[in-house]
Amino acid sequence: MTDVVMEAVDVHKRFGRLEVLQGVSLAVTKGETLCIIGASGSGKTTFIRCINHLEKIDGGRITVNGHLIGYREEDGKLREDSEKSIARQRTQIGMVFQRFNLFPHKTAMENVTEAPVHVLGVPTDQAREQALALLRRVGLADKCDTYPGKLSGGQQQRVAIARALAMRPALMLFDEPTSALDPEVTGEVLSVMEELAREGMTMIVVTHEMGFAKVAADRVVMMDGGVIIEEGTPEHFFEAPEHERTKQFLSKIL
Amino acid sequence: MLAAVDWHVVWQRIFHPDHVFFRALYTTVYIAVVAQVMGVLLGLVAALMRTSKVWPLRFLSGLYVLIFRGTPLLVQIFFIYYGVNLLLGFTLIPNSLNLGLFSLDGAVVAGILALGVNEGAYMREIIRAGIDSIDRGQMEAAKSLGMRYGLAMRRIILPQAARVIIPPLGNEFNNMLKTTSLVFTIGVYEMFADAEIHYSNSFQPVEYFLAVAFWYLVLTGVWGLIQAAIERRLAAAERGDELTFRERLTTAWAPAGAFVRR
Ligand SMILES: Nc1ncnc2c1ncn2[C@@H]1O[C@H](COP(=O)(O)OP(=O)(O)OP(=O)(O)O)[C@@H](O)[C@H]1O
Ligand SMILES: [Mg+2]
Repeated sequence: MTDVVMEAVDVHKRFGRLEVLQGVSLAVTKGETLCIIGASGSGKTTFIRCINHLEKIDGGRITVNGHLIGYREEDGKLREDSEKSIARQRTQIGMVFQRFNLFPHKTAMENVTEAPVHVLGVPTDQAREQALALLRRVGLADKCDTYPGKLSGGQQQRVAIARALAMRPALMLFDEPTSALDPEVTGEVLSVMEELAREGMTMIVVTHEMGFAKVAADRVVMMDGGVIIEEGTPEHFFEAPEHERTKQFLSKIL
Repeated sequence: MLAAVDWHVVWQRIFHPDHVFFRALYTTVYIAVVAQVMGVLLGLVAALMRTSKVWPLRFLSGLYVLIFRGTPLLVQIFFIYYGVNLLLGFTLIPNSLNLGLFSLDGAVVAGILALGVNEGAYMREIIRAGIDSIDRGQMEAAKSLGMRYGLAMRRIILPQAARVIIPPLGNEFNNMLKTTSLVFTIGVYEMFADAEIHYSNSFQPVEYFLAVAFWYLVLTGVWGLIQAAIERRLAAAERGDELTFRERLTTAWAPAGAFVRR
């Protein structure tokens, strides 16, 4: 177990009086694709936002590549880290949002080169070359100079994936990447993700696309009420889910 | 009634302005531009302070707006010109600042300062609204790519907010061009002061004030054209249009569009 990329130990998160995460523990190893499923409000989004510290956690700890995320340990106590080092930690973690969140004032190419150039200091020429390769990989080499407003949802989401990959992250987080898309175009995004999984990217994917889970996931976890209630291979979830909540949930989405 | 107006004087002031008048016009434009730039910068700083994690900064930003929007501009102008000197016991605005290349009249400095600081309070609200109009997901996407707050603001949020900020900013500058007339009260020789002096020498108020009104109209009119051009370009950028020169010509002159197949 030396190649653990992300490890969460007993993570707690409260919004006011509402305890959204009530002790989530999970480890993801290098090259693994993990799917998180669960009913609306079960805390899936909140959990993966905690992994790159878009949400502060109230208890437990999260490490990526062995480094504590968002906090520093001082005399056995956790203190929030400086903005600078949190930003540095985030460069290792790619995130793909449900609503794409592309930069609308920048072309597809500029969206992809923005962070490598301005965060990592990659020379512009090199960044553009790399961006072109990435856009080709997601099938959008011909859309380099197009603004997001003129791309379809599926195309925007593929640009967003390329944008995250441009930072060469050790871990990719996806929060329901296809749920804002028309059914006809979910396939083009999912196949890019399947390809990524095959190439050995470490991925945590919140999704209800059980088809994707079946093809690409090494493991699936079911969240309910802020905890993980069941964990297993995709086959396990298709054939023999144990938990009553899991059975109910799967019967609704399958 | 109109017969009582000496139209010759009005025409003279409009069509044959003397060089003293042009210096006054230049002073008006100069004060307006510098004060507006100052207002934008102060407004930006105050808008960012408002969302700071440090509460004294938030407090200061609120106090700034409260004071400068809550008191008359004329009072602020007088306060900065006279009051501060008396209150603090030193000369904040010397009568003449010698900066080597050029010397600045102390009253002009005080006027710019007062107009600029006052404008900043209004600009804070405009800039704040612009920043707030940008979806939170933009900042989160920027952060998830490892950008720090400052970089994300500069490269992601503010360029988008600018589209929301620029139209009201244009209106603010229109206002500023006219509001500069208040600084005549502290002895700045700008357009209104010029008219005022001619009036008190001639007792022909209607003639001189009519003429100066015309010149304010020219300034705001020219600015209106510039503003419209800027907003057209913004709107085009918003649509993500990359028009060719020919397409731009045909849309600018619609009837020609009928002859050009798209
Ligand atoms: N910023 C916030 N402030 C207050 N409550 C929040 C906030 N974000 C999420 N919540 C609450 O936390 C709970 C879990 O939300 P979360 O978005 O993590 O669920 P989810 O599993 O992703 O659901 P969905 O499938 O609908 O996306 C919900 O009850 C939600 O209302
Ligand atoms: Mg969610």
